[in-house]
Amino acid sequence: MVHHKPKSRLPFSWQAAFSVLMFGFMYLPIAVLAFYSFNQSPYSAGWKGFTWEWYIKFFNDNRILAALATSLQVAVLAVAVSAVIGTLMAVGLARYRFPGKGIYQGVAYLPLIVPDIAMAVSTLVFLAAIAIPLSGGAIQLSLWTVVAAHVVFCLSYIAWVVSTRLTDLNPHLEEAALDLGATQVQAFVQVLLPELAPAILSGCLLAFVLSLDDFLIASFTAGGGVTTLPMEIFSRIRTGVKPDINALSVVLIGATGIVFSIAEYIRFRSERKRTR
Amino acid sequence: MSNPSLTNRAGTKVATFPKWLEPLVMLAPAGIWLSLLMVIPTLLIFQLSLVPGIRPGQVVNPSGLDNYFKIFQPGYLPVLGRSLFFSISSTALCLLLGFPVAYWIALMVPKRWQNLVLLGFVLPLWTSSLLRSYAWITILRPTGVINSLLKAIGIPPLDILNREPAVLIGMTYSLLPYMVLILYASLEKLDRRLLEAAADLGATPQQAFWKVTIPQAKSGIAAGSLLVFIACMGDFVNPELLGGASSMTVARLIYNQFLGATQNWGFGSALSMMLILIVSVAIALQVRYGDSSLRG
Repeated sequence: MVHHKPKSRLPFSWQAAFSVLMFGFMYLPIAVLAFYSFNQSPYSAGWKGFTWEWYIKFFNDNRILAALATSLQVAVLAVAVSAVIGTLMAVGLARYRFPGKGIYQGVAYLPLIVPDIAMAVSTLVFLAAIAIPLSGGAIQLSLWTVVAAHVVFCLSYIAWVVSTRLTDLNPHLEEAALDLGATQVQAFVQVLLPELAPAILSGCLLAFVLSLDDFLIASFTAGGGVTTLPMEIFSRIRTGVKPDINALSVVLIGATGIVFSIAEYIRFRSERKRTR
Repeated sequence: MSNPSLTNRAGTKVATFPKWLEPLVMLAPAGIWLSLLMVIPTLLIFQLSLVPGIRPGQVVNPSGLDNYFKIFQPGYLPVLGRSLFFSISSTALCLLLGFPVAYWIALMVPKRWQNLVLLGFVLPLWTSSLLRSYAWITILRPTGVINSLLKAIGIPPLDILNREPAVLIGMTYSLLPYMVLILYASLEKLDRRLLEAAADLGATPQQAFWKVTIPQAKSGIAAGSLLVFIACMGDFVNPELLGGASSMTVARLIYNQFLGATQNWGFGSALSMMLILIVSVAIALQVRYGDSSLRG
């Protein structure tokens, strides 16, 4: 738990006590999962001795590992595509005025606010509508349809993070590069991109975590063939408590914690650099 | 724009990279992707929502607003009501629990620790949402953590898993970090001299809080509430895993119309449009009456 209390400067107050309580609330579920992941008896609430059994079981569970591999594949592909077209979109929107820009902008950030279930449903309907005439009734859902659907929200998140960085960027940097004889492509790649890199990277990490976590959109667009990790977890936990899921939780929480820390560190450092 | 730069551009690039192409290269890929997988699909479900009882592959002609009327029939109206109840209650709970935390971090924790403390508070947000709900199953189930503790001290067990309180706990837990983040952002900008001035002018801490702090935080309260409300309206995981059969919500009902045993794509599309409409109305109210400082 990250909670620092400098002496003397922070007098006791009910807000502080309440906040500590809320920190406890936020970390309780994680602590509980970690506790049970090492508990010998999976079903009783008490401590029955230490075991690695659930971790061993998890690392030998091919279905879970295959689902994890699928999810990573989807996330990497979706983020890679989104990083390119999302960044281009953010730069384009910051740079040009054109008729219908308001509508474009509205649509571009729509995936940030439209509920997942609505996006999932409309994507499924769309895929069904194009698949019926194209393949005679069979809906061709696959890994690629999941990737295509994930790109929609990944691209919005990346563009959003990049555009916040763009607003406080010196607009004359690129002009200067052009004046000094750089081509537009050179100015973009060698001047603008390095400036945007931290924002692109933290946008990508955010999108990556969101893609890994997505259950609804994946289950609507995956079809019978592919199973992502959230789909696999969902099908297991809806029927009750499964001890090896505890071990999986701890591994996943650890991994996302690391990814998150890297993202925050990058953001923090770039902000420091900017304000200095 | 200075003249040398123009000649420079003209001299080096026009042949290989025409100027009109640049905006197109930047905006067309995302534009096409969003049109194909966001705009057209939304139009398609609107069309489908006007169609009665469709299964995949079936072709039926639009026959009007029956699917929308169906939402308001006695069988389904409680579902809509329950979704609104969950969302409004969770928003209120997040505000109630989140405000003191955000206040503490923004105004009472020393500046250099604020980022770290805030980071610590929102860290659980980055764990899988399914696993967070699953953890609450472990905590709330009849033989779970809470009931074992209650049993140990001789209090009758709480039977709240698969009931509405469990959904509220799950939703509040999932969205509290967002609320704290947004409230912190608006409280952090609070000018402390205003509070001092209020105190100098004889205001009690309570008066200063209601007359200075709250008005300053108003935009944050509005933005945070909007975000939590929208997220709860669309939440599927918490009601599904923690709420049991009694906590049917709009999101769960939509899911069932497409992936459940009794499929009805037309009705599911109408529910989906309804959800989008509710979210849009919430945003429109925020844009119309909310503070402009947090917009765009």
